[in-house]
Amino acid sequence: MATSSEEVLLVVKKVRQKKQDGALYLMAERIAWAPDGKDRFTISHMYADIKCQKISPEGKAKIQLQLVMHAGDTTNFHFSNESTAVKERDAVKDLLQQLLPKFKRKANKELEEKNRMLQEDPVLFQLYKDLVVSQVISAEEFWANRLSMNAVDNSVAHNKQDVGISAAFLADVRPQTDGCNGLRYNLTSDIIESIFRTYPAVKLKYAENVPHNMTEKEFWTRFFQSHYFHRDRLNTGSKDLFAECAKMDEKGLKTMVSQGVKNPLLDLTSLEDKSLDEGYGVSSAPSTSNSKSLKESSNAAIIKRFNHHSAMVLAAGLRKHEAQNDHYSETSSTDGNSRDSDFFQPPIKKVKLQESIEYEDLEKNNSIKTIALSLKKSDRYYHGPTPIQSQQYATSHDIINSFHSIRQEMEPYVPKLTQVLSNAAASSTITALSPGGALMQGGTQQVLPKDTKMVPNDVQSELKHLYVAVGELLRHFWSCFPVNTPFLEEKVGEISIHLARFPALRLYVLSFQLTSHIEEMLQTAYNKFHMWQSRHMLKRT
Amino acid sequence: MKNAYGLLVYFPYDYIYPEQYSYMLELKRTLDAKGHGVLEMPSGTGKTISLLSLIVAYQRVSMAPGAEVSSLRFGKEVDGKCFSLTASYVRAQRQRDSSAPSCRFFEEFDAHGRQVPIPYGVYNLDDLKGYGRQKGWCPYFLARYSILHANIVVYSYHYLLDPKIADLVSKELAKKSVVVFDEAHNIDNVCIDSMGVNITRKTLDRCQGNVATLQATIQKIKETDAQKLKEEYRRLVEGLREANVARETDVYLANPVLPDEVLREAVPGTIRTAEHFVGFMKRFLEYLKSRLRVHHMVQESPPSFVKDIFEKVCIERKPLRFCAERLRSLLRTLEIVEIADFSPITLIANFATLVSTYSKGFTIIIEPFDDRTPTIANPILHFSCMDASIAIKPVFERFQSVIITSGTLSPLDIYPKILDFRPVTMATFTMTLARTCLCPMIVGRGNDQVTISSKFETREDIAVIRNYGNLLLEMSAIVPDGIVAFFTSYQYMENIVASWYEQGILENIQRNKLIFIETQDGAETSMALEKYQEACENGRGAILLSVARGKVSEGIDFVHHYGRAVIMFGVPYVYTQSRILKARLEYLRDQFQIRENDFLTFDAMRHAAQCMGRAIRGKTDYGLMVFADKRFARADKRGKLPRWIQEHITDANLNLTLDEAVQVAKYFLRQMAQPFCKEDQLGLSLLTFEQLQSEETLRKVHQIAHQL
Repeated sequence: MATSSEEVLLVVKKVRQKKQDGALYLMAERIAWAPDGKDRFTISHMYADIKCQKISPEGKAKIQLQLVMHAGDTTNFHFSNESTAVKERDAVKDLLQQLLPKFKRKANKELEEKNRMLQEDPVLFQLYKDLVVSQVISAEEFWANRLSMNAVDNSVAHNKQDVGISAAFLADVRPQTDGCNGLRYNLTSDIIESIFRTYPAVKLKYAENVPHNMTEKEFWTRFFQSHYFHRDRLNTGSKDLFAECAKMDEKGLKTMVSQGVKNPLLDLTSLEDKSLDEGYGVSSAPSTSNSKSLKESSNAAIIKRFNHHSAMVLAAGLRKHEAQNDHYSETSSTDGNSRDSDFFQPPIKKVKLQESIEYEDLEKNNSIKTIALSLKKSDRYYHGPTPIQSQQYATSHDIINSFHSIRQEMEPYVPKLTQVLSNAAASSTITALSPGGALMQGGTQQVLPKDTKMVPNDVQSELKHLYVAVGELLRHFWSCFPVNTPFLEEKVGEISIHLARFPALRLYVLSFQLTSHIEEMLQTAYNKFHMWQSRHMLKRT
Repeated sequence: MKNAYGLLVYFPYDYIYPEQYSYMLELKRTLDAKGHGVLEMPSGTGKTISLLSLIVAYQRVSMAPGAEVSSLRFGKEVDGKCFSLTASYVRAQRQRDSSAPSCRFFEEFDAHGRQVPIPYGVYNLDDLKGYGRQKGWCPYFLARYSILHANIVVYSYHYLLDPKIADLVSKELAKKSVVVFDEAHNIDNVCIDSMGVNITRKTLDRCQGNVATLQATIQKIKETDAQKLKEEYRRLVEGLREANVARETDVYLANPVLPDEVLREAVPGTIRTAEHFVGFMKRFLEYLKSRLRVHHMVQESPPSFVKDIFEKVCIERKPLRFCAERLRSLLRTLEIVEIADFSPITLIANFATLVSTYSKGFTIIIEPFDDRTPTIANPILHFSCMDASIAIKPVFERFQSVIITSGTLSPLDIYPKILDFRPVTMATFTMTLARTCLCPMIVGRGNDQVTISSKFETREDIAVIRNYGNLLLEMSAIVPDGIVAFFTSYQYMENIVASWYEQGILENIQRNKLIFIETQDGAETSMALEKYQEACENGRGAILLSVARGKVSEGIDFVHHYGRAVIMFGVPYVYTQSRILKARLEYLRDQFQIRENDFLTFDAMRHAAQCMGRAIRGKTDYGLMVFADKRFARADKRGKLPRWIQEHITDANLNLTLDEAVQVAKYFLRQMAQPFCKEDQLGLSLLTFEQLQSEETLRKVHQIAHQL
């Protein structure tokens, strides 16, 4: 039944699926099920697609195994062989347990990611076709800086919201008595993750001890036995593995407290309005902590623990967020305008005071909330974009020469004040010469012919693709400068070859007129390359 | 800009709440009558802004224009160090010898600061510090100096009520000034606090050291500069005439520690020379020591205490009264700069003056040990004031108008009684609401019909504790964002939290919200508070367990989503077993005819109301108020709640079970979740200037205030 190339690891008969009897096959790469009397699989799942497996609790009448897919759908198998159902099920379970993790690792995340990017971005896909499929550049080169670039983008834009931790995650681990004076805790990977995220100290312990000193099971057994887990943490014996954790937690709480609060209106220590000296006033009962009974201090410990627990749960949810914020604040401090924002930002105390004394509903009209303008580079904002002029590289010698020639031309010039331009002509000339005017439009913006009707649609789109492709190539080219490593040197050479090949390969198909600007751009790149090459040679010799 | 009975008031907003207008009218009436007033206005309806607007407007009529507000809070900035650099004799010494240390800031201020008025504006301490730094002036002296010129000064009660500080800070305030005690619901306690003295064995030991130092210093000065001591002697013969003149001409605020008789007389001969005085102090100290060697509690009145002193160590009443002044003079003469080191002996001297001056209104209690730790000997002498009117009397006498106001002053008539003054107006204001944004209810039974109450007999009952837990659990499931729960005492909270933990209730609550708990440590609580707000802010929701009379209940507001429900577990009675409280209750009964129970209930209810008021901070805000104790339903308790809460407790909500309470809460929250905009409020609970002109609105406004 199975294809010959596949190795069948386990076959279990009498497995029902959707009330149909059949047989379950576990193969090297997939799990499959075929109903009795048929010779093809009606169900087949690649191991890589399976997220996890679940089994029915012990003591249930039906012995079942459920597979949960990454996509979210599930498949149930019912083991119906009365005498050996449990054994068979466990055999399948154990085998799956061994197999699934292998495939999880195998699933190439990067490939998926590339695939996804290509699917989501048609322009990129076209580019990929143009450059990689036509073998202008290699796939690795194409992806080299794309992936890292997108990784940053993705984490901000596409990442789905991080799920926080339930505050009651420890309560969810309800122990069940197993009948003979023992307790069973059911730990899922989610709960373990929650414990680790909330109590980094435990994670540390785990990393230290598992698997060198003890097995995972042993670790968790001791965790649940420890006084640490049980909240009356008073009697943490020295041999307790988690005694140290308790101390670390305490320390953590202390540092949290010592950091103080950001909002001055919440700072109770400064709110205290006590100007009486020692000895004056009605004595409030002195809090003699040492005289507290054991019970009282254990109560206090519980309270402390709850505060700490809640703070940690909250922090675990926010940690990632904060890290990002930190990142932003860092980058913003390197911006030119950060200094100004510091200057204008009133101290937090003033803001909070202002907030607390304002009555919103008494105000005239709740003015439209404006969004603060945040500028990455403020000078850009002040000067506006300047067109990139496409021009031949002029050496200083050229410039000096032309300067001289202009000077020579201008020497005999005598202004004739009676014969000047008319008002209108002069102003129109000025308009034409000012930025954005008719005479000042160079290069980039004006490449595509204005009258699009002159060019058929398919040529237009073809041209668009060409532009994108050339742009990508040129991006690679320009990103190599300054050339300071041997690798870059090599790359420059390679790309220049690609560039040289490009017109022959793709460009001459289209008419020269349409591609003049493209060629112009290419020419600039050639010039640069030749200049660099000649200088490079010069240096070597 | 609003017009209140012919007075042009600049109001900083375009709209006004009707109760604000009504409040201003009452306030103006009080000021016009040149009398005192007691005004209760719901929290979050802009009481303080109305106060300030009207008073600024009122001042403009009688005083120079230009509003200038300082808000002050000196800690111990004026500590010994500062004093040692700026005391007059140190500075005099410096003029002779320029190498002596000095405070640059003070010198700079002394040289120029007094001539230049600071620009008009609103300054808080930070601003003054900034201004001081900019000019190179000492901010402390700048602040003290500018108080005299400010039109409005906002500062702590202590600067007016505590005789030790009032002398420095508020002595020269003009008689015509209007004094407003805002958030004055606890004013009696502040008054009592400011007059109390506690002496422990440690104080006496340190005092002993002080006496020794004094003796040595006197000896030294005698050898080098005997003239100085003679000069002092002469001054003391002349007595404190200067201070007396000032008081008679009404320039200064009277100091209750410096009684009138003392001013008129010369310092008695027995303590006039320095050595005699030190010997005198020594004897007094020995006497106190002997008194602290008791094995059982002693309570006595000041006269019998003074008599006992006379019998045991032959110290008369008269020199005792001059003790504080005499010590001050001595410290000045000896040019002692480390003033802070001498606080124990100053304390003893102040005690001597107080105990011999006041025969009524004080009590002396000597306890050999703390009640909770009967095995550890820790004798302490409490000299405690039982009459709040003593400390505040000079304020009422000196200033023309004193206004006592707060969100929770009910029942109003008790304040004039315990502070002993005659108000011209007593009014309480209701809250005009376009929607009923507060939902007070009394939960008296659990689902099992067990009465829930924190009364002593049942408070440890497991059924009560469980029902309290279930109440919190149910509420945590239906109330969005933040819930604040108050317990009657810290110890009670600890016990309940522990048993909730054992019963697994807390775990279930954690499924709904995060839990934060107030602790006795201020910094820790601040952290918990901030995290609590953070959790409310990011939508997770949180519960804050806190204590009535605690720091959170007094100082922190839970605006909007920071507090959608407040739950009061039990009636927050004060710890009644304290002897000081018992003495005070007795005194109130004998002197003011206030029954013990009435006072205790009044005190409990004002704290309960304070806790509840934390959640409502404005008309756009809304919140549940759950009183979880059957006893709240009784008329004597309920009747002592502020009017603006009381009028929203319907008869149906007087004794709810848990389930019923949840139903009521659900309904209320659903209603509150509907969009609410300014148009809904306008004309009802929000007025424009034009609306304020109409006769009809004015008639309505007049109904807001309820005179007593």
